[in-house]
Amino acid sequence: MPQSPGLFYQVHFYLFGLLAIASALAFVTRKSPVAAALWLVSVMFNLAALYVMMDAHFVGAIQVLVYAGAIMVVFLFVVMLLNLGHPDELSDIRGRWGRLAAGGVGLALLAQIMVLARTRFAPELQVPANPVFGGPPDRGAVGTVAQPLFTEHLLAFELTSILLLAAIVGAVAIGKRRTAP
Amino acid sequence: MTALVAQVAAPSRILNLARPGELSLAIAPDLVLCGGAMLLLLYAAWRPESVAHQRRVGVGAMAVALATLVAVVLVSFLGWSSSGGPVAVDGFRWASDVIFLLAAIVAIGLAMDYNAREGITAPESHVLILFATVGMMIMAAARDLMVLFLGIETMSVAVYVLVGMNRRSARSAEGALKYFLLGAFSTAFLLYGIALVYGATGSTNLSVIGGRISALSLLESPMLLVGVALLFVGFGFKVAAAPFHMWAPDVYEGAPTPITAWMAAAVKAAAFAAFLRLLIEAFGHLYMAWHDALWWLAAITMFVGNLVALQQRNLKRMLAYSSIGHTGFLLVAATSATPQAAGAFLFYLLAYTLATMGAFAVIMALGSGEQPRENVEDFHGLWNERPGLAVAMTVFMLAMLGFPIFGGMGFFAKWYVLQAALDAVAPQTRLAVMLVLATTISAGYYLHVVMVMFMKPRPEMAPPLPAPGQMARAVIVATVVLLLAFGVFPDPAVRWARSGTQLVPAMPAAAAIPAPAGQ
Repeated sequence: MPQSPGLFYQVHFYLFGLLAIASALAFVTRKSPVAAALWLVSVMFNLAALYVMMDAHFVGAIQVLVYAGAIMVVFLFVVMLLNLGHPDELSDIRGRWGRLAAGGVGLALLAQIMVLARTRFAPELQVPANPVFGGPPDRGAVGTVAQPLFTEHLLAFELTSILLLAAIVGAVAIGKRRTAP
Repeated sequence: MTALVAQVAAPSRILNLARPGELSLAIAPDLVLCGGAMLLLLYAAWRPESVAHQRRVGVGAMAVALATLVAVVLVSFLGWSSSGGPVAVDGFRWASDVIFLLAAIVAIGLAMDYNAREGITAPESHVLILFATVGMMIMAAARDLMVLFLGIETMSVAVYVLVGMNRRSARSAEGALKYFLLGAFSTAFLLYGIALVYGATGSTNLSVIGGRISALSLLESPMLLVGVALLFVGFGFKVAAAPFHMWAPDVYEGAPTPITAWMAAAVKAAAFAAFLRLLIEAFGHLYMAWHDALWWLAAITMFVGNLVALQQRNLKRMLAYSSIGHTGFLLVAATSATPQAAGAFLFYLLAYTLATMGAFAVIMALGSGEQPRENVEDFHGLWNERPGLAVAMTVFMLAMLGFPIFGGMGFFAKWYVLQAALDAVAPQTRLAVMLVLATTISAGYYLHVVMVMFMKPRPEMAPPLPAPGQMARAVIVATVVLLLAFGVFPDPAVRWARSGTQLVPAMPAAAAIPAPAGQ
């Protein structure tokens, strides 16, 4: 974070901060679980933007990948499975026009990715070899995170596996269907 | 090879925890327990579930815990120490580990009987007790907030499941869900507190935090103070201190009785051990800032726990509130925040663990699958029907009350806490008076149980009591003998508790206090 954040920084800080708080409020006030979960995704994205503004690019990327990506997909999946009896609540997209618009946006995004993949950029626009953290060039952002993870915080890293094992065993022990003796 | 053995066995060696090899030596007993638990898990899943298999896994779990206990005692005699690093290698850690492992062995023994009686065939329950014990041992050792947090979570996750293990009981499910939600809630407080403390000091290591607080003169830093306050709330939930105790009675009542006994003893002890290390090693310089908060927490907890316990008819609920009262007594020791208080705290914890586990074992021995027999009325005239159980229950009640001679080491436990409170840097005279008053209140319900067992007639038409299971009988006899033996010859227990006073205080003044006479 710069010593005296400029106006540009401040505007974005308040923008993402307020958006995160508003999304969090919407998340706890929505009646439909699907809508609530999607608001939570919005909270996660805004938090990721705040992390990036604090120069924690790696945490921001992980936030999007793990929380907004993996965990929320599982969450929505569970909500939708629980809602199997009410098919009208399954989808927020209603009507023919909604479907067409959604399909159009999807196609547009696909086209954008294909165009970007084929374009050659000027060298000034290309990302340098190690854009983040400015660490030694051979290690990169992940290396800078991995170094303390496997030295200073080795014990915490290993303990996490015990915690996960205990959680899995517990979940199976509680959830397993048992025949009456 | 011989060189390696000689190097390992060298007395009072200072381990360099930055090297993975020496870190593994520092957590050797924890590794024994982890490895044993994982092998046992494999064995548990190998065969189809049955009552006999559950018993076999239980015996295996007791053997693993016993092996770990031997490892802890061996390592503690080596007299290793460490400088910095994520885990502490000191007497306090080994002394706490002894309590956790003893409690785990007793709990697994009781659970074997209970599971057989209630038709719970899941062998995982014993393995989960071992995993939770791993978490507790890590909590007692942690000198790093991240390691501490992972220890707390490993313990809590396993305990959430164990509370809900009896799936045919709606109360058990209710207790598990309540405990899970409130546990997650308190974890959030804890984590937020850790984040703020890290933000203020730039480190998660307890000794570095302690050093930076004085070096950077952070005594007035709002971020640090808010972080410490949030940590207090988080730990307040974990140890069930009033006003954060609301979950305890419901969870203790709903959980299977062996798990209740184990939660009241070991889970609470582990949270306390971690809390005490945090207070002394990291926040010693902030003593003036948190002293008042802890003082009020101790005072309120003592009275709320003991006053509400007076009105309970269900013994499991009564013991739950009584355990809240004991939390208050232990907080008195924590408020003193001296290494001597750590010794008194360990001694109290041992006495309390023995008495609590014994009392719950008696409750379990009286019940049967359809009839839990947890109310005070079920104890009427117990002396006429099962004199042995009645006498044992009397010893446990008197030990919790702190009665001399017949209460065994319970009396000395209260005595040492009082002594530590009065000999502290800032003598806690008013807290000591309150402790005595609260103990007097607690006599109201402890002695009531004793009275109905001996003086009330057994109700007519009462169905005959079941014979206590083998393990329950063994546990009751062992706890009574230990309580009385340490009451007559407290020296071994005192020496053990004194070995636990080697904490590294951040506050140099605390180290200069002379040891209380008589300890």
